[in-house]
Amino acid sequence: MALIVAPEPPLGPWLAALDEQMGRSKQFFADRPVVINLAALRDQAAVESGFLDELAGQLAGRGLNIIGVEGLERAQLEGTRWAQAWVLGATSRDRLVLVPDDPPPVDPSADRPVDAPIMEPEPEPPTQTHLIVDRPVRSGQSIIFEAGDVTVLASVASGAEIIAGGSIHIYGALRGRAVAGVQGNPAARIFCRRLFAELLAIDGLYRTAEHWGEGLHGRPAQAWLEGESVRLAALE
Amino acid sequence: MAKVLVVTSGKGGVGKTTSSAALGAALAQAGQNVVVVDFDVGLRNLDLIMGAERRVVYDLVNVVQGDAKLAQALIRDKRVESLSLLPASQTRDKDALTPEGVERVIEELREKFDWIVCDSPAGIERGATLAMRHADIAVVVTNPEVSSVRDSDRIIGLLDSKTARAEAGDKIEKHLLLTRYDAGRAARGEMLKVDDVLEILAIPLLGIIPDSEEVLRASNLGCPVTLHNPASAPARAYAEAARRLMGETIEIIVPIERKGLISRLFGRSVA
Repeated sequence: MALIVAPEPPLGPWLAALDEQMGRSKQFFADRPVVINLAALRDQAAVESGFLDELAGQLAGRGLNIIGVEGLERAQLEGTRWAQAWVLGATSRDRLVLVPDDPPPVDPSADRPVDAPIMEPEPEPPTQTHLIVDRPVRSGQSIIFEAGDVTVLASVASGAEIIAGGSIHIYGALRGRAVAGVQGNPAARIFCRRLFAELLAIDGLYRTAEHWGEGLHGRPAQAWLEGESVRLAALE
Repeated sequence: MAKVLVVTSGKGGVGKTTSSAALGAALAQAGQNVVVVDFDVGLRNLDLIMGAERRVVYDLVNVVQGDAKLAQALIRDKRVESLSLLPASQTRDKDALTPEGVERVIEELREKFDWIVCDSPAGIERGATLAMRHADIAVVVTNPEVSSVRDSDRIIGLLDSKTARAEAGDKIEKHLLLTRYDAGRAARGEMLKVDDVLEILAIPLLGIIPDSEEVLRASNLGCPVTLHNPASAPARAYAEAARRLMGETIEIIVPIERKGLISRLFGRSVA
């Protein structure tokens, strides 16, 4: 799963907003590959020489794990620091995309957060496509299972996260984050018996709790992807 | 067989030290041989709560580093003979504790006492992880409010992954001690209810300590509340919690708001 970061002019305030976002949610950016979408900067890049190089320097200095660039033609990137980044196709997709396993041109000085997940599933044999967690997922813990579905038989605490390549089923209360379909699976869904989640994401599109209001609070619910938006409904 | 009990919480100010002193004293009052160990190196408080601050010569760091013998550092309580204190150092920091040194001290304490009560510092760093490292039982102290509950949840996760028992594939016994519980505020929705906390944390309840000035008064006098006023509500709650730790089955009664005659009359006429 990769994050799309789309810089917008004017760059100064946008970089300040990025810093604020990164300060607020270090975990969210931690170790996640990032694709830069330059579509919004097309005009500025065309007239200002050196502009793209400066932007590349600014972003690298923030420890982002940049693995690709999109939104500009390859010709526009020739001769800049971006040329070596893998162009993911100049589409208008402003969403997270499936990213191949190419070794990313990571900035080696990039700082990694100290607060790494304390519990990770054992390396699974390649045939396993389902992970079952039969105890509560505590605050600060991450369950990461990219090979398929994750079923949790207990509750997921506030400040915990479940990240699955497939769907996520939670038979307790979901108070933390659930991120389904991380490897680009728009058919993935999230089900929980009691919805108190902080954030739900499917195939890179995410919703925070303030989007869905009080109506679903504490109820059995599911989330799925319809086109480019995350939909939620009670399960009755 | 000796039991190592860690009193922990993640969040600061929820009543770990008060509870360590009260539970330690209550266990000792019930005839057990108890030592209370202060792991909060650099911010030691347990000696004050136990009224032993003028008797500290050697401390945990001296023993861990081999500068003093355990017997030199242990302070025997003047009120209950079977209660001892191993104080922390106020002039050092948590880095002065080494995993090997702590293990050696805990092993030595296991030979002398029935209960080793470790008063953990707040946080999830070195001091807290060393305090829980060799525990057989954990008492998770939680206030009925959301931030305390989430921090406790985090600590429970660490107890299940970072303790010696967990790493050996064993389970560590975990109990919830709900402190500063105010029945009136819980009824008005200003605090989490007991059931809400239990539902989130999903560990067995050891006791509910009512919010009381009696606790503060005892702390300021340097006397565990179970010794200072054994008849008070918090002292009885701690004493019952200690007996549950010893294996007795005692029903837990959730404190309810006691209404005076006037408020009952008015409550009725308004309704």
